[in-house]
Amino acid sequence: MRAKYVLSEVAVGLWRNVTMTIAMIITMAVSLALLGASVLMFWTVADMREYYYAEVEVAIFLTDEVTDDQRQSLKAALAQDPLVKSQIHETKDEAYARFREQFKDAPDLVEATQPKSLPESYRVKLNSPERFDDIRQKYQAYGGVEEIVDQRAVLQKLFDILGSLQGLSLVIALIQGLAALMLVANTIQVAAYSKRREVAIMRLVGASNWFIQAPFVFEAVFAGLIGALLAFLTLVATKYFLLDSEALRPLFEGVLTPLRWVQIFWMLPLLAAVAALISAITGWITLRFYIKV
Amino acid sequence: MIRLEHVTKVYPKAARPSLNDVSVDIEKGDFVFFIGPSGAGKSTIIKLLLREVAPTKGRVYLNGRDVGSLHRWRIPQFRRSIGCVFQDFRLLPNRTAAENVAFALEVIGKSQTVARRVVPEVLELVGLGGKEHRYPHELSGGEQQRVAVARAFVNRPLVLIADEPTGNLDPDTSIEIMRLLDRINRTGTTVVMVTHDSNIVNQMRRRVIEIDQGRMVRDQQRGVYG
Repeated sequence: MRAKYVLSEVAVGLWRNVTMTIAMIITMAVSLALLGASVLMFWTVADMREYYYAEVEVAIFLTDEVTDDQRQSLKAALAQDPLVKSQIHETKDEAYARFREQFKDAPDLVEATQPKSLPESYRVKLNSPERFDDIRQKYQAYGGVEEIVDQRAVLQKLFDILGSLQGLSLVIALIQGLAALMLVANTIQVAAYSKRREVAIMRLVGASNWFIQAPFVFEAVFAGLIGALLAFLTLVATKYFLLDSEALRPLFEGVLTPLRWVQIFWMLPLLAAVAALISAITGWITLRFYIKV
Repeated sequence: MIRLEHVTKVYPKAARPSLNDVSVDIEKGDFVFFIGPSGAGKSTIIKLLLREVAPTKGRVYLNGRDVGSLHRWRIPQFRRSIGCVFQDFRLLPNRTAAENVAFALEVIGKSQTVARRVVPEVLELVGLGGKEHRYPHELSGGEQQRVAVARAFVNRPLVLIADEPTGNLDPDTSIEIMRLLDRINRTGTTVVMVTHDSNIVNQMRRRVIEIDQGRMVRDQQRGVYG
């Protein structure tokens, strides 16, 4: 009986105030979707750090006029250097082949690039990537060296961009979340007001606080869960229609580590828990102010 | 059953206490009128008994319990031992007489089986047999107050509090309601009634406690409004 009573009260309450309920659900969904996106970006950056830092190299580009002697002395020095883990020599032809492979989706770019315009290089892996400056100082002066590039610095820029995107979406999620909380508080006040007669009588005849407040709190929690479900579907759609789409996938491939479905699916319980908990707490606090014992 | 010991109640920002050092003893099964002009402090006594407010000084006992020191979460349970009737009936307009009474049972967790058995009984007791399925707007004032009495009595409370229950009723109907309260009193329920209605007080010849400006000025067995 009790469960039936509470459920029917929840349904009636949500329906009576349906425009407010929809506003609450939409705001909540937007906030939660951004929160989910933020968490996913955080995971992606973590994944990428792990993946790229294992792969990352220092590139020592050679000038076009480099001599064989210069190549040999550089190679020997690198081979003996305790900072160097491994080294690969990449000729102009190899560099061009790799370039073509990397940009096979942009034939215009490949077309416009002369095979000879890509520099020859040594690809060096370091034992400790943070000691890049030592390497640069040591080899900058060698004959035939054009430029020494730390690919980690390039990646760092990408991580910085992702990090600020993540921060931005988190900030918007929080602001939207605040708006959602106010809507929850307002919805509950309206619901409590429209049921003030019932509430007054319940108090009078000694209904427990739980019994009086539960329908209102469940209303908020129910709306929160719907919001979480919508947010989850938004994330699924984003992956399916944007990140994985034929048009956009090549843009991200090779740059971003792909977002795995399992990571997306984790968002459902996570967002649902956040939504339910926050709605319940907000509802409960609102009622403490609104319905006195 | 009910005992007020030197009870003083001062509301914040009030110039004078609503109740000032009032001591009253009411036995189980008593029928007591509280009378006095508006603003004398009668409603404060009801609020104290229902634990809507706590006394500023002194103690309020009901059924041996110190009402003022009740824990917040014990208050609902405590209120189940009190029935309450008001001048404005306070019925739910979208529920029938029977549903109004059943509501009081349902919200304290009684099963529908219990409600189906008890509600017709108590409606019969208050003289509304046959009108169970009428909505409040289909009932006269006196009948609505009977529904309210049925709702207050359905849990068989130890104490029935009536706050000017005849205030909105004509004299004849008022007397019928008083007969009903008298009958409930005879089942052993203590009845506390706040009223302005001198006719009723004079006819009933029950205990009268007069309050004026927060002080008890009279406590008379078999009293009159005077």
